[in-house]
Amino acid sequence: MVPISYYLVLSAILFACGVAGFLIKRNIITIFMSIELMLNAVNLTFVTFAAQWQALSGYIFVFFVMVVAAAEAAVGFAIIIAVFRTRETLNVDRVNLLKL
Amino acid sequence: MTLNLWLIPVLPAAGAAINGFFGRRFSNKMVSAVALASTAASFAWALLAAIRLLGMPADQLPYIERIGVWLRSGDFVVEYGFYLDHLSMIMMLVVTGVGFLIHVYSVGYMGHEGGYYRFFSYLNLFMFFMLTLVLADNYLLMFVGWEGVGLASYLLIGFFFLRDSAANAGKKAFIANRVGDFGFLIALFLLVKHFGTLQYTDIFHKVAEFSPGIESGAGLLTAIALLMLVGATGKSAQIPLYVWLPDAMEGPTPVSALIHAATMVTAGVYMIARSNAIFSRSTTALAVVAIIGCLTSFFAATIGITQTDIKRVLAYSTVSQLGYMFLACGVAAYSAGIFHLMTHAFFKALLFLGAGSVIHAVGGEQDMRKMGGLKKYAPYTFWTMLIATCAIAGIPGLSGFFSKDEILWQAFSSPHGHWAFWLLGITTAFMTSFYMFRLLFMTFFNEYRGPVAVQHTSHEAQPHAATASAEHAGHTHAVPPPAPPTNAHDHGGHGEPHESPWAMVVPLVLLAVLSVIGGYVGVPKALHGGNHIEHFLAPVMPTITAEAAGTAHGGAHPEQEQSQAAEDSSLELTLTGVSVAVAFAGLGLAWLLYVKRRDLPAKIANSLGGLYTAVLNKYYVDEIYGAAIIGPLIAFSTRVLWRGIDATLIDGSVNSGAQGVRELGDSLRHQQSGNIRSYAGWVTAGAALVILYMVWMGTR
Repeated sequence: MVPISYYLVLSAILFACGVAGFLIKRNIITIFMSIELMLNAVNLTFVTFAAQWQALSGYIFVFFVMVVAAAEAAVGFAIIIAVFRTRETLNVDRVNLLKL
Repeated sequence: MTLNLWLIPVLPAAGAAINGFFGRRFSNKMVSAVALASTAASFAWALLAAIRLLGMPADQLPYIERIGVWLRSGDFVVEYGFYLDHLSMIMMLVVTGVGFLIHVYSVGYMGHEGGYYRFFSYLNLFMFFMLTLVLADNYLLMFVGWEGVGLASYLLIGFFFLRDSAANAGKKAFIANRVGDFGFLIALFLLVKHFGTLQYTDIFHKVAEFSPGIESGAGLLTAIALLMLVGATGKSAQIPLYVWLPDAMEGPTPVSALIHAATMVTAGVYMIARSNAIFSRSTTALAVVAIIGCLTSFFAATIGITQTDIKRVLAYSTVSQLGYMFLACGVAAYSAGIFHLMTHAFFKALLFLGAGSVIHAVGGEQDMRKMGGLKKYAPYTFWTMLIATCAIAGIPGLSGFFSKDEILWQAFSSPHGHWAFWLLGITTAFMTSFYMFRLLFMTFFNEYRGPVAVQHTSHEAQPHAATASAEHAGHTHAVPPPAPPTNAHDHGGHGEPHESPWAMVVPLVLLAVLSVIGGYVGVPKALHGGNHIEHFLAPVMPTITAEAAGTAHGGAHPEQEQSQAAEDSSLELTLTGVSVAVAFAGLGLAWLLYVKRRDLPAKIANSLGGLYTAVLNKYYVDEIYGAAIIGPLIAFSTRVLWRGIDATLIDGSVNSGAQGVRELGDSLRHQQSGNIRSYAGWVTAGAALVILYMVWMGTR
């Protein structure tokens, strides 16, 4: 059996990749993908512990996260498209009208 | 039986309120009618009250009218009430009577000035406070009047407030008075602390029971008396606080007559006479009063000799005469002081009003060197001024002769007196006679030295032209565009001096009559008179003979007084002879120097050199005060209080606090970049820190 630490380390690596992508990237879609990556890293942790402790609530939590992520993706992409239509860019640094 | 004394001060207050609030819309006639009616009614009521008071049996005196309780704090109660005895009756009649005459005069004098309603409103306000002062039945109410007359004086000195010198003179008067009031106030605190009351009757009772009998050194009563004296020197322009009075001449002349000659400045004398129960118990305080009075009268008279501004001569003369009154109080001859106060009110008011008439006659000029020969232009003014001058100089038969002689005699013969007081007093009398006749001769005799038939807006009338336009300028905000500035005292387009209108002449004549007959209430026994005023005031204040008899034999003063008077009458006659001689000597010297040999004064001045310059410049007292007190005070206020404490400490602490917060905010502001990824970076860093902490805690 694969030790639990492997899963957790993988999850951590994925989460770190997500954070790094979120911080470094300027393309709004890449940032969005990084967020999804972080969510899924967390999901991986959930299922790992759920399997470890034989606890059903962990699996169910993962489904909830997926549902929320899907909904978020729908809204998020709608916003991204709206932004692109008005600003004609996907660079977040140039979407700064609210900045002083 | 009630006398309704409250009406006496309230009537002028009502006049002041009506003129003050609505006067701007009134015509000048209406304003004068309100002011004169309220003052006349007050005078009439005062007269009525006086007559009814005299009809009261002696055991009902003093008559006290309680209106109600003003302050109540534990056991300490101050009532609001009025106190009428022979002393306040004289003061009340002088204030309302002379005040009314001066109101009449002002109608003529101020007729062409701007701010007419304002003037009369202030004048009535002054009457209200002055009557409160003299009629109060406790020291606190007296203090209200005391401060109130100071306020009215300030307002009236600075009446031509657009002229810098007038505004400054007003401030100077007020501040000098504040210095004195400080002493008075502390005296009141001491009274409250040790006697627990401020009502006259209670205090006089408690003082009478206070031991030891007569303080010779430093004690409570001495301290109270000396602090009261500080207040009196401020209000009555004595050394060291007299400096404000000469400057107060910036005010309109009727104001000088009413406030700065006849009434307000005598408040200090009244206060000492009223507090005679306290003063008589302290030989030290009495001696200080006498010395201050004596020195002031001498000192001011020497300055009066050299001045050339007609009103300044009179101002120094007033200071000098007030010194006489202090001298009288200082030798415990309070009734002599009040007697002189009364006669002085008549003749000095007359002198000031006459001076105003002269100034009016020559179109605003106040320098006596540019007058002269006015006898034929203004005969009424001349004759009334002549009477007043004779009265103040002590020419026999006029009021000043009797009152001044009484003071000199008391200064010599009183148990508290001393021959040195008499000597200084008689020297002052000589100088008084000299400078007053100098004023008379320079003004009315010889030829007219002022410019005749000149352009009327020229320098001749500049002071008043300036004030007139200043007045108009001052009111442009309130009234529709004013008429072109008119020169107040330059009528008709002729340059010749001229007599004043009847409204000014009639008060002059009435005061002249009073100046003549005013003295006959106090003809001394040595001259086969009754000295009525001394008997009249006897219930209020023990005369010195009565007091001496009282301490030695316990009462029975009429006989005592008579025998003593008989003993002394030959000595008194001799001294009277000396003072008459001195008065005529002053007259003669003035005649010689200012009529016969008019080249002499300049020569004498030259030969005196530095002394003359020093006197001409008033002994540089203003400069000395400026260098010794005002300069350091301003420097201290500027450097320590303003720049040191206020600017550096208070402003500095607040400002540096604000500056620190601002700098902190400046550095923190960079966190708020608006860059989403840097926020995210901070969030990540924070989360990382939290995790690190938890890991560290877990591994411990």
